[in-house]
Amino acid sequence: MQENLILTYLLIIPIVGSILVLFFDEEQKSVIRWFGFLISLIAFIISLIAYKQFNPQDPQFQLIHKVLWIKSLNISYHVGVDGISLILILLTTFITPLTLLSTWKAIDKNVKMFTFSMLLLEAGMLGVFMSLDIFLFYIFWEAMLIPMYFIIGIWGGERRIYASIKFFLYTMFGSLLMLVAIIWLAVYASNQTGMFTTNLIDLYKVGPTIARSIQNWMFLAFFLSFAIKVPIFPLHTWLPDAHVEAPTAGSVILAGVLLKMGTYGLVRFCLPLFPQAAVHYASFISILAVIGIIYGALVSMVQPDMKKLVAYSSVSHLGFVVLGIFAMTVESMQGAVIQMINHGLSTGALFLLVGVIYERTHHREIEYYGGIAKIVPVYSTLLMIVSLSSIGLPGLNGFVGEFLILLGSFKSQVLNSWWYTIFAASGVIFAAVYLLWMYQRVVFGEVKNTNLFQELTDMNKRELLVLLPIILFIVWIGIYPSTFLKLTEVSVQTILQNISIHTFDFLK
Amino acid sequence: MINYIYLAVILPLIGFLINGLFGRKIKNEIIIGIIGSSTVGIAFLVSLGAFLQTLSLPVDQRANTVELFTWLSANGLNIKFAYLVDQLSLTMSLIVTGVGFLIHVYSIGYMHGDKGYWRFFAYLNLFIFAMMNLVLGDNFVVLFLGWEGVGLCSYLLIGFWYDKKFEKSTTADAAKKAFIVNRIGDFGFLLGMFLIYYTFDSLNFHEVFSKAQSLSINETTFSLIALFLFIGATGKSAQIPLYVWLPDAMAGPTPVSALIHAATMVTAGVYMVSRASILFASAPAIMMLVAVIGLLTALFAASIGLVQNDIKKVLAYSTISQLGYMFLAAGVGAFSASIFHVMTHAFFKALLFLGAGSVIHGMHEEQNIQHYGGLKKYMPKTYATFLIAALAISGFPGLSGFFSKDEILWYAYANGGFVFWLIGALTAMLTAFYIFRLFSLTFLGEERFDHHKIHPHESPSVMTIPLIILAVLSVIGGYVGIPEVFSGENGNLFEKWLAPIYEPAEQKIMHYGFHTHTQEILLMAISIILALSAIYFALYIYTKNKNITENISNRFRKFYNLLLNKYYVDEIYDAAVVNPIKIGSEKVLWKFTDSFIIDGIVNGAAKIIAVISEYIRKIQTGIAQFYAIVIVAGIAAVLLWIILSL
Repeated sequence: MQENLILTYLLIIPIVGSILVLFFDEEQKSVIRWFGFLISLIAFIISLIAYKQFNPQDPQFQLIHKVLWIKSLNISYHVGVDGISLILILLTTFITPLTLLSTWKAIDKNVKMFTFSMLLLEAGMLGVFMSLDIFLFYIFWEAMLIPMYFIIGIWGGERRIYASIKFFLYTMFGSLLMLVAIIWLAVYASNQTGMFTTNLIDLYKVGPTIARSIQNWMFLAFFLSFAIKVPIFPLHTWLPDAHVEAPTAGSVILAGVLLKMGTYGLVRFCLPLFPQAAVHYASFISILAVIGIIYGALVSMVQPDMKKLVAYSSVSHLGFVVLGIFAMTVESMQGAVIQMINHGLSTGALFLLVGVIYERTHHREIEYYGGIAKIVPVYSTLLMIVSLSSIGLPGLNGFVGEFLILLGSFKSQVLNSWWYTIFAASGVIFAAVYLLWMYQRVVFGEVKNTNLFQELTDMNKRELLVLLPIILFIVWIGIYPSTFLKLTEVSVQTILQNISIHTFDFLK
Repeated sequence: MINYIYLAVILPLIGFLINGLFGRKIKNEIIIGIIGSSTVGIAFLVSLGAFLQTLSLPVDQRANTVELFTWLSANGLNIKFAYLVDQLSLTMSLIVTGVGFLIHVYSIGYMHGDKGYWRFFAYLNLFIFAMMNLVLGDNFVVLFLGWEGVGLCSYLLIGFWYDKKFEKSTTADAAKKAFIVNRIGDFGFLLGMFLIYYTFDSLNFHEVFSKAQSLSINETTFSLIALFLFIGATGKSAQIPLYVWLPDAMAGPTPVSALIHAATMVTAGVYMVSRASILFASAPAIMMLVAVIGLLTALFAASIGLVQNDIKKVLAYSTISQLGYMFLAAGVGAFSASIFHVMTHAFFKALLFLGAGSVIHGMHEEQNIQHYGGLKKYMPKTYATFLIAALAISGFPGLSGFFSKDEILWYAYANGGFVFWLIGALTAMLTAFYIFRLFSLTFLGEERFDHHKIHPHESPSVMTIPLIILAVLSVIGGYVGIPEVFSGENGNLFEKWLAPIYEPAEQKIMHYGFHTHTQEILLMAISIILALSAIYFALYIYTKNKNITENISNRFRKFYNLLLNKYYVDEIYDAAVVNPIKIGSEKVLWKFTDSFIIDGIVNGAAKIIAVISEYIRKIQTGIAQFYAIVIVAGIAAVLLWIILSL
């Protein structure tokens, strides 16, 4: 058994932290807040150490820790990372402390339970990204639903119960199908190799040998579960409700990390396990992705509620990611991975910024605002930078992802048509429309609502401390994306090479 | 060697950062203005140094690349942050930083007392930074970075007075419109880049252009590439059908109109076509399209300019029209003439706008030329410089505009044909007319403003000195490009300087027939006569005999209204594109598809399950005997199934 405990430490820290939180006195709110923040900060530092130890040139999974867990079923506690999982782990550990910091004023009820849920959620997300045992993965995947359910259901808005149940049912529905498929896969493996296994690395060898007709069903079972999480059109309607009702922190985690689990699942499971089926369905899924890009943008444009607007914009942005994945070129998939990070940063920041003014006025309607550039100039500047990043302005992060995705999908042999790219590229027009229009209505013009003069104050130091690190990365990825692209390049190449080995004749 | 060129790019960025981050605290206008202007001034000197150094090199060593770092790489893609220093990029850099510097200095006076003074200079510096990336980038992606960057600055500066009303809406509306219409163009530009990468496996200028010469690629591919790129150019350079944002862009402060919406940014499309000349030259059909669009835009915009009453609006349509000329030149294969016109236009149009700014400044923000009149005696310097610019744009012999415009008209005739020349010459006549209409109504004739409220005055020297320098340039700027027919053996210096850039394209372009110098001089004479008579006519009717104008506008009332309302293009776009998308998105996509259909299915499924559960629940009666019966029946059924399947 290989031994590198760094990932296990990373996983345990937030779990232990969440348990320890329970021993605090509920009244000591600031102590609990500091404690939660410090725990998540420690997790971030550990993830940086993991990053240091990781060798991006090595195509294998690294930093592996494997312990046999359920002997009779040959299920292991088995964690490890490649570049793609590592970069998403870094995103998670980066976003979580900032999110916690952002709630110090907004969350005042049940601070203890909230911090507990957030830390547990972080552990769940990290577990999803590092699991190399498909059963272990499934446990984290499901476990993570619970704290999220509570975060929306307890600290959410007026229709929080409707939203949280809708969120729960939607995702549970997908998960159950995936569970069936996982069991089938493990049984199939035992028929093939004589050993029941849920080890992902072993299953990678087994999956592509499944007969095409069955493989298609298996693929779809996995895909549906991930597609709901992404979400891919038309399975997206839980997202706007969940976002609108969730507290700011919930929205940030939801957009920042949770949705990435869907796209990560596609990359980690759907493509390598069922390569022939993936190629078979690539066009169909890409069409859905392109519809999502345009549809999400258009619907976003007409939303009167800022949070809903940002929520629908996620549908559009994630459409790019899905297109990048299923175009199956190195360029497009590299773009897709970096776009996952970009979306986490930009949309996370947008939700944080909407949260900042919501905390002050308790209004999210665009109508309520107007002309706030005069009252809160620093806020307006930050909102501009983040909006531009989301629009995909070159020099900021969004462009890097979109450009690579579109460039790659244009020359994709799997898709083998320019129309995907042509339609998807129209998304760059619509993104400018919905965001700049919102920006104009909120920030520019005269101050019509005089309440705003009393209610609004500019960003305080804590809020700046939350936003500025995100903006740093928005600029960093925009100007020098090599830092991040290098981390994932070999992993992306490996995945695509494996696909092309199994589908070589298929593509001809 | 000329590695220091990056200083010319980075200095304005530094200016932006200083003023942007600390401007609010610095407060002192002079310091902010000096930081803003000096960074651009030094950038000009750096460009000048690079220019002189390049000039001293042998012709075949004049293109040099300065690499900074790798920007985007994935698989075969390798985009570097690198600058290409060659004849074309240096010419553009000198225009951008030179004219840019003068406009920065002018702004010190013009923006005096504005609340957002520091913000203005920060944006202006950021603009120069982006524009320098645009013209110096050594690949399509860095060009695109600059392209989008200048678009952003344009957006920020059009909406600079974000709480102000502008016409029927607000400045923010105008800003958003500019950005979005440009994005439509960018969509084309992006597709062009994808197709280039698909075809040539590279986005680097040098690689793409040399492969375009050596590889055998079918004309359809070239046509598509050129078409996509040209769509991008019509956005940024305000050509039909995407010109609609530029007139609205006048909502920004006047120095912005001069710098961004006349002298530099809007010529980016011309630059891009010129840079990719080999790609265009390989697609004759698209070349023709470029020429026709340019020609139509020139005529169309000039006709609107005839009747507008807002001083900046007239100049805006004039800019669109002049940009049309540049595309006409590029379309007929006279790339060097198009860049020549970019340069002279930068001088005289910047001067016209700054002069207009000086007038607006002196007239307490009044922009309607019907409310001006007789300003000559109040603003002598503005008057004199404006007159020079007006003569230059009209093609008055010996001034800069004459040389560049005439070169374009000549190539239109030689490579395009008589009709091209005729429409071009007609447009030149309209140009001379509307600009002298503007000039007469502003500076000559009776004073039509309220003397109690408005006290016209000349602007301070920080504003008039840039005017004078630009006036000098508008006069002498053309002498670097004296046509061969006059200069004899030396030939056209400007054309010679740029010639190596267009050499590959030249080889592909068909030159029809042979034309004599006599023809050239004859056509030149005709266009001079047309321009002079238009100038005279405009001066006459707007100062001596105003009845004529009223007679004409009354007789052609319908046509006059059509022009006054700019052919209703904005209204048509709103009705045909903007509103359907808005309403469709809200009613069809959101309210119907999303909320009704999809959520209806989801919630419906949940409801059906709830209803079914309601029935199934009744099975759980709580009566143990009932359960026992069910269990027994179940076991019996299983046994039966096993027996049958044996």
